[in-house]
Amino acid sequence: MNDMTPDREERSANLKGLGCSRKRVEDARFTQGKGNYVDDIKLPDMLHGDFVRSPYAHARVVSVNKDAALALPGVVAVLTAEDLAPLNLHWMPTLAGDKQMVLADGKVLFQGQEVAFVVASDRYVAADAVELVEVEYEELEVITDPFEALKSDVVLREDLEGQTEGAHGPRKHHNHIFTWEQGDEAGTNQVLDNAEVVAEETMYYHRTHPCPLETCGSVASMDKVNGKLTLWGTFQAPHVVRTVASLLSGIEEHNIRVVSPDIGGGFGNKVGVYPGYVCSIVASIVTGKPVKWVEDRMENLMSTAFARDYHMTGKISATKEGKITGLHCHVTADHGGFDACADPTKFPAGFMNICTGSYDIPVAYLAVDGVYTNKAPGGVSYRCSFRVTEAVYFIERMIEVLAIELDMDAAELRRINFIKKEQFPYTAALGWEYDSGDYHTAWDKALETVDYEGLRAEQAERVAAFKRGETRKLMGVGLSFFTEIVGAGPVKNCDILGMGMFDSCEIRIHPTGSAIARLGTISQGQGHATTFAQILASEIGISADSITIEEGDTDTAPYGLGTYGSRSTPVAGAATAMAGRKIRAKAQMIAAYLLEVHDDDVEFDIDRFVVKGAPERFKTMKEIAYAAYNQAIPGIEPGLEAVSYYDPPNMTYPFGAYVCVMDIDVDTGVPEIRRFYALDDCGTRINPMIIEGQVHGGLTEALAVALGQEIAYDDMGNVKTGTLMDFFLPTAWEVPNYETDYTVTPSPHHPIGAKGVGESPHVGGVPCFSNAVQDAFRAFGLRHTNMPHDHWRIWQTANGLGLHD
Amino acid sequence: MIPAAFDYYRPKNMDEVIALLQEHGDDARVMAGGHSLIPMMKLRMAEVPHLIDLQSIEGLKTIEIENGQITLGAMVTQHDLIDHDGLAAAVPILREAALQIADPQVRYMGTIGGNVANGDPGNDMPGVMQCLDAQINLAGPDGPRTVAARDYYEAAYMTDRADDEVLVSVSLTAPTGGYAYEKQKRKIGDYATAAAAVQITKSDGKVATASIAMTNLSDVPVWSEEASAALIGTSCESAALDAAVAAMLGDIDPSEDNRGPVAFKRHVAGVILKRAVTRAWDRA
Ligand SMILES: Cc1cc2nc3c(=O)[nH]c(=O)nc-3n(C[C@H](O)[C@H](O)[C@H](O)COP(=O)(O)OP(=O)(O)OC[C@H]3O[C@@H](n4cnc5c(N)ncnc54)[C@H](O)[C@@H]3O)c2cc1C
Repeated sequence: MNDMTPDREERSANLKGLGCSRKRVEDARFTQGKGNYVDDIKLPDMLHGDFVRSPYAHARVVSVNKDAALALPGVVAVLTAEDLAPLNLHWMPTLAGDKQMVLADGKVLFQGQEVAFVVASDRYVAADAVELVEVEYEELEVITDPFEALKSDVVLREDLEGQTEGAHGPRKHHNHIFTWEQGDEAGTNQVLDNAEVVAEETMYYHRTHPCPLETCGSVASMDKVNGKLTLWGTFQAPHVVRTVASLLSGIEEHNIRVVSPDIGGGFGNKVGVYPGYVCSIVASIVTGKPVKWVEDRMENLMSTAFARDYHMTGKISATKEGKITGLHCHVTADHGGFDACADPTKFPAGFMNICTGSYDIPVAYLAVDGVYTNKAPGGVSYRCSFRVTEAVYFIERMIEVLAIELDMDAAELRRINFIKKEQFPYTAALGWEYDSGDYHTAWDKALETVDYEGLRAEQAERVAAFKRGETRKLMGVGLSFFTEIVGAGPVKNCDILGMGMFDSCEIRIHPTGSAIARLGTISQGQGHATTFAQILASEIGISADSITIEEGDTDTAPYGLGTYGSRSTPVAGAATAMAGRKIRAKAQMIAAYLLEVHDDDVEFDIDRFVVKGAPERFKTMKEIAYAAYNQAIPGIEPGLEAVSYYDPPNMTYPFGAYVCVMDIDVDTGVPEIRRFYALDDCGTRINPMIIEGQVHGGLTEALAVALGQEIAYDDMGNVKTGTLMDFFLPTAWEVPNYETDYTVTPSPHHPIGAKGVGESPHVGGVPCFSNAVQDAFRAFGLRHTNMPHDHWRIWQTANGLGLHD
Repeated sequence: MIPAAFDYYRPKNMDEVIALLQEHGDDARVMAGGHSLIPMMKLRMAEVPHLIDLQSIEGLKTIEIENGQITLGAMVTQHDLIDHDGLAAAVPILREAALQIADPQVRYMGTIGGNVANGDPGNDMPGVMQCLDAQINLAGPDGPRTVAARDYYEAAYMTDRADDEVLVSVSLTAPTGGYAYEKQKRKIGDYATAAAAVQITKSDGKVATASIAMTNLSDVPVWSEEASAALIGTSCESAALDAAVAAMLGDIDPSEDNRGPVAFKRHVAGVILKRAVTRAWDRA
């Protein structure tokens, strides 16, 4: 070694591996308008599709007259259910074991439902033709309330009439989909019946929507000469889409190529399969030309997958000292007209059974009833793992209600019930095995940082001042402590349409020591091209800058189940590390050969293999890569490639502690967020800057949901919030400054100890914002009020408590 | 969100505009900044087979201030209102109100003429114009005429302007005393839940004149003569504020929408008015 040799620290820094706040490599293109989204795809002779949608929430389709539309110059075809029926594509299976109309087959079940698909030479002609399709409807009684649906004689799903057994067991009523039960009902009831203290609450987690900036769309191109179908689309799971497309269309899977180009946000909205995708494929097959379908904002909000719509009733019991003894939860889940939830097959209510939260609760019971109504289908995991936001909101509200019941401080109540560090791995009452956690440390750090005691003292003073008539503003301290369950998942538990939820990575090291890695996932803004290169850099000793990450093209990427539920890092990230280790194992043999020592006599050192005890004798990964391609090494195949399919042994359980300080004007209902502190523990931190960005984004969507974002319907089933005027999408103006913090508790079973973080801030943020609003009114007797806490609902709460008298 | 087909015109002078309006009647509309009209066309709630862009008409973009008389050309943007220091000094409520309209992107495009002419009860400038007792100057086939802003609004999207008339400018006398435009909205880019425009002059420690107008609390902007009168001779103490609010509540007629039910809007209207009066009084 000489003076020019970089020292270990410098070599390590050059890798830009784990822990480095490397700038996002994607941003150069996104910030310059050089992204390539579905709507940027323009093919020769491409046609455009647009939907005729139902103005009614429940109606019989008496007739569809296409004549006027077909007569418009430029219109190529108008497809209805009748046209799709011979191909058996007028209905399609949903991810939840139900089926869904592709185009209205005799009736419509929600406003905005697809009735006919117009195909034209031009996007504008298509829109004009939509207006010319004459549809005769006969209005039917509309049911938008799931409780009413379960009592009503009106049969929403006539196609299921007489079917008493659904995909998830018995159906109790013609508008009932399933009952899903977890835990020990008798045991829980017994504990509740004999408890010293029981708190009960009913809460509604309203219907909202992921509303990604880019709406859903696809371009299908059927090449009749070679029989190949190429499908570009906004797919969070392109490989699954390929399999589904093959099963539905009968085209052999090798003849289908699915490509997810750049995706402008998904948040769960782009997991499912939509009628638009199917119609663009059929239209391309029928016309022999590429067909594009891209929905507009209103279509996105009113027809593609919504999130939540859970009516939850809870009972929580405790000793007088506040030790929780049992939890009971019942959910009436409004799934809309079709059950199109995007959950692993065996989990019709997702992982709602994580609803015991971060607490050591000895016994619990959960039952979820899924119900049909005249609303859009969906029920996707909007920036969360399957139904985890619902679960965390539920338990974090129940804790607050219990604290009120016990007249206890809610922070202290949490502390005395946390699962203790030494209890991990911890098996919860509803079955999940939490991998690792250190909740007390995180909680103490959070409360100390925000000066929790000081905040409570200030709040007490504020209440006194309010009562003296000196102020009209109340102060709320919102707390939440959340545990997520992400990274689905073990193939033994989790599948989507029978596909096990593993994921994959394939790596090719090029002769000059740079590399490409392809994964089964697909970034929608998470920064995979940046972070997966970092994982690999640390594993194989090649700088992240020399590694290309590619996803989303099923012709090149290995099969994977896609990106949602914070599964990319836990599953594909693990596959990446494992594939990297295979590369390293082969590199070790090559290095030993080059250094003329035994395999066991060399060891990996950042970016090279060194001879043990003689660090001046080494081969860099670059040298090894070259040797892999230009030397005949006895007993070793040429090349340096590896592939890994990773089936995780368990999910990962990220957690965090959030505190929100809010001032509320009781006269106008306007909340003002004074402070937001977010401590996240996502295990090993791959890129702190990206984590911070994810936390900011997730918190902003949490703020939106808690404070106003909703898909509201009137009694006729009309969507009342179908544009961004009424659907709340926060901008920089509405967003407070966020303080971020962390602890690190690695996952014991993940190859690099990482847990996933993209959804944590949303999951933990929603109850934190909501609790802040509710806490402001605690001193005046409020127990619970439903989200969204928009101005008038906050005002109504204040009004109901007599604060305007 | 795809508009129906339309013909696009970009005339150079007002005569051409009026001729086009006469030729096409109901089927023609002028476009200023387009930030109310184009969304309506995309939603196909407005069908405009003949769209007449006012951008190239000379002389519609000027802000004139002379001897306390102010004339704002129809094509003056909301951004221009904010940006013009002389105007801000002469009529500070205009800047305060314009800053509460949407976001900079919208304000670069949206015009005073469009905002006043549109007739949407959610627009902020009509109430401000009523508060200031502005005059609306129209040009039509029969020549120019002027209408007081307080007489201009008939119902939602219905104004005194005939289909073949064009709003050329608004003119007003620079107010004296204190002012305030107070607006509650759900978020940036939203119309008012309730808003109040207030001008107050003071003499001998009492209110000498007052003018109050409310936005988005009826199907037209509401200039409340009685609420204004309730303040005169007072020092805007609590009883005076209550009286003004009571009078104002007699004049508004809000309807329920996603911003909230009527009771909420009426309550907030009162709170907002009190705040606006208090601020204007402090500045008087
Ligand atoms: C996201 C968003 C948020 C907004 N928020 C607000 C808000 O908070 N408050 C607010 O007040 N406004 C708001 N607006 C509306 C904005 O201020 C509009 O630009 C304004 O209302 C209309 O001005 P315009 O120049 O765009 O008019 P256009 O859209 O061009 O025209 C509007 C109407 O007025 C007619 N018109 C225009 N000019 C004339 C004229 N000279 N003579 C006769 N008729 C004419 C047109 O024919 C049309 O019917 C918002 C708009 C958007 C897109």
